[in-house]
Order: sequence, then structure tokens, then C-alpha cells
Amino acid sequence: MKNKYDVIVVGAGPGGSITAKIAASGGLDVLLIEKRQEIGDPVRCAEGVGKDALKKHIEPDNKWISSEIKGSKIFSPDGTEIKMSEDASSGMKVGYVLERKVFDRALAQEAAMAGAEVMVKTRATGLLRSNGKVTGIKAMYMGETHNINADIVIGADGIESKVGRWGGIDTSLKPNDIETGAQFLVSNIEPGDYNLFYLGDNYAPGGYLWVFPKGKHIANVGLGILGSKSGNVRAISRLHRYIETYMPKGKIVEMVVGGVPVSGPIKQTVADGLMLVGDAARQSDPLTGGGITNAMDAGKMAAEVCIKAYEKGDYSAKTLKEYEDKWRSTIGKELSKSLQVKNLLVKLNDEQLNQLAHSLDGIDTSKMELPSLLFTLFKKNPKILWELRTLFV
Amino acid sequence: MSVNVNRFKCGYCGACVGVCPVGALELIETWIEVDITCTGCGVCAKICPVGALELNEK
Ligand SMILES: Cc1cc2nc3c(=O)[nH]c(=O)nc-3n(C[C@H](O)[C@H](O)[C@H](O)COP(=O)(O)OP(=O)(O)OC[C@H]3O[C@@H](n4cnc5c(N)ncnc54)[C@H](O)[C@@H]3O)c2cc1C
Repeated sequence: MKNKYDVIVVGAGPGGSITAKIAASGGLDVLLIEKRQEIGDPVRCAEGVGKDALKKHIEPDNKWISSEIKGSKIFSPDGTEIKMSEDASSGMKVGYVLERKVFDRALAQEAAMAGAEVMVKTRATGLLRSNGKVTGIKAMYMGETHNINADIVIGADGIESKVGRWGGIDTSLKPNDIETGAQFLVSNIEPGDYNLFYLGDNYAPGGYLWVFPKGKHIANVGLGILGSKSGNVRAISRLHRYIETYMPKGKIVEMVVGGVPVSGPIKQTVADGLMLVGDAARQSDPLTGGGITNAMDAGKMAAEVCIKAYEKGDYSAKTLKEYEDKWRSTIGKELSKSLQVKNLLVKLNDEQLNQLAHSLDGIDTSKMELPSLLFTLFKKNPKILWELRTLFV
Repeated sequence: MSVNVNRFKCGYCGACVGVCPVGALELIETWIEVDITCTGCGVCAKICPVGALELNEK
């Protein structure tokens, strides 16, 4: 470890590692720190990802792909099935279920190969500042505190992000802004090759229950409930109940817990010498809870702006705002749309959800993606979905 | 008021840290630390996926 870098990235999740990799490839002197001693572990993810979105960043490698997925099936509370997202032309598989422990480490290795320095078991404990500007971090490694300087600090520190807060950006999530989740890796089942999503109060109030196949006899089975609907009954107890009822032969071989931001775009993600990326910037999708590829997309944008800032020798919020403008006009737009849908969906009761599913009777939705499925639903159910009309103009 | 963490139940996922309105929580290694700025508002306890946090009435 040196005492000065061009860029310090806090957090070696997908967002942080892509940021570090691209900034280092651009010739910057980069330090990537991760507080865990093993990158990617424990996992906090259902590991589902779209092929195309992922391939923009990394060549698929069987070392971190558990399975390939043909499409999705959504089940309304009464069990009505809606098939979607199958490949339109050739029947190719459209998604992966990853092995995040291996995936996250592979990404960090790519950052290392690109020239970034990587430190694990190293936790940022605060920011260094001078004249109001962020000038580095305080970090603890094996019980010892170090001051490490940098022109830019990137907070890619996930759901529990502190970097933004230290920099004066309030990223705290309200109970309505978080899905609280639990998941088991369940063996001795036959999950098929579609990702399954179950809606309804019986499964997951204000969220959904998922089954993401990781192999012929094994799947991530989990659920997320809206924070405001959590309390007396916890995500974990709902999940236990589901497995006992619907997968009585299932055996639990791993447990995952975690929260996903579903706030939609937040007001501020840059300050002088500071940028936030991924879950730290609350860039996960409020409707699906997916955040892996958004974090990677944002990381790429942030790194590119770092490189420009370095060329200019200007690390002020004004320069770094280019990153904020970029992600807002891309990822941010999608987040806003998803937020609108989420806000409506959480208000619908089981009967209304069933009604929506029944309205698709006789329509082939199997090749549709979410936007066209929503539009079809809207046309069939303008009354229930009236709030969404602005999405389709 | 403050909050108690049952560290035998806690899955150290950090969700509670993300919702704390005052930044009183921190995930360190495999445990949650609560500092003196905790107001006992209970948001963390509400959203914990496993119910590892409880308000402490003291
Ligand atoms: C139950 C669940 C299921 C999910 N399922 C999916 C899914 O199927 N598909 C999908 O796309 N997304 C899913 N997500 C969301 C996805 O996991 C996240 O959006 C994604 O991991 C965000 O990446 P990131 O790099 O921003 O943050 P993370 O992957 O969370 O990485 C942040 C890293 O920062 C480290 N860190 C934090 N603080 C510090 C510090 N002070 N110093 C040093 N390091 C620090 C953390 O240890 C962590 O390794 C799910 C989330 C949960 C909880």
C-alpha cells in the first residue's frame, strides 16, 4: 500500500471492481479495498442476470456460471402462469444464474490484472478532507489504521454504504425503500430451466418469492418483502414456511440474507472528490431488485469520468457531475419507470393481481420483455393500471 | 434507548446499516456495532430479515 493514489474504490462488489478495472486500464493509479477477507462471501444475491447486459462487461466463463435460463415464469396469487422473456428468434437461453462468490472474485482479479492494487480485509472507516474536499480515506487493516490519500474516492460499498454519508450525502433508506430478503440454496428439488417468480401476500407482501435454478436438482429459493411490511413476520420465517409447504423434500444447503435498495434514483451521488456507484448509489431496480449489471454499468461510467477528471486535473463536484448526468439519463430513467410500477404493484391486492394475470389469457407473452408485457397489461386493464399511463406515451 | 443485536441470529447482511437514519450502525467483520447516536427509532429492528435486532428500553 502506498500513501497516495489517483483513485480509491471502496468495496469490491461488481460495481467497485468494474470501476477499478476501467480506471486502471485508463492509466490511473487505483486502490480497490474490500472489508471482507473473501471477496463475494457471504453472498447477498439471488444471482440472476441477463446475458446481454452481462456480456457488455465480461466474457462469460463457466467457472462462475451455475446455469443457463430459458426465460421467466411469473405466477399470480391463484397460480396463473405468465411466461416471458424467452429468446425471440432461436430459442437460445437468455440468462444466467451466477456463482457470485466466484464471479465477484473474478471481477476483482480483472481489476488487479488491469493494474489496480487490491486490499482485502481492509475497511474504510472515514474520509480524509481538506478545504471541504474529500482527499482520501481512513482505513483499517488487521487492527491498524492508515490514512490513504487520493484525488477521487469512489463509494461502491453496497447497501450498507457509509462513504456517501461521510461525504454529506444522505443515502439512508426508508422502510418503503428496501426489500428485506432471505434465501436458501435448496437441493433435492427439480427447478427446471426458467426463473420463477411468485406474487401475492401469501408469499411475499410487497415483493415476490423466487426460484432461480442453479442446477438440475438445486436452486436459489428466496423472497423479499417490502421493509414497511416486515415486522412481526420476518422474511426468513415466511421462507421456512414456503419450503415446508411447497418443497417438503427440499434440503437447505446454504442460507443468504440481505436487503436491496428499491428507492429509485436518489438526489445526489457526487461531491467534491467523491462518487457513489451501484447499491451505494441506490441504483438497483425497484421493481426486480436486480442490481448487478446496473452497478457494473455505473462503474464503467464513473471510471470514464475519473479518467477525464484526471486529464483536466479537476476533481470538483462540477467535473464529476458528468457521471451523475450520464447515469441519470440511462440507468436513472429505467429506475424511475420501475419505481412507478413498483409503487402501484405494492398497492394491488391478490384479487387484482389475479385479474391482471387472467387478462392475458390467450395472449402469447412468452417472447415479451417487461416493458411490452406491462403495455399489454395496461391496454387490457386500464382501470387498475391507470397510474402507469405516463409510461407509455 | 438503543438497540440490541443478537449476534447468533444476525446474518451480517448490513440491511440495518442501510436504513439507519442517523448512521449509528456499522457492519464490522461479522457483527453489527451500535454507536451512541442511536435514537432507538426501531427502523433497523423492523426491517431485519431474521429479526436479530431488538429495541432496548433502558
Ligand atoms: C437477497 C438478494 C437477492 C438479490 N438478487 C439479485 C439478482 O438475482 N440479480 C441481481 O442483478 N441483483 C440481485 N440483488 C442485488 C445485487 O446483489 C446488488 O445490487 C449488487 O451486489 C450490487 O453490487 P455493488 O457492487 O453495488 O455492491 P455489493 O455487491 O454489495 O458490494 C459492496 C462491497 O463493499 C464492501 N464494503 C462495504 N463497506 C465497506 C467499507 N467500509 N470498506 C471496505 N469495503 C466495504 C462490502 O463488503 C461488499 O463486498 C439481490 C440482492 C439481495 C440482497
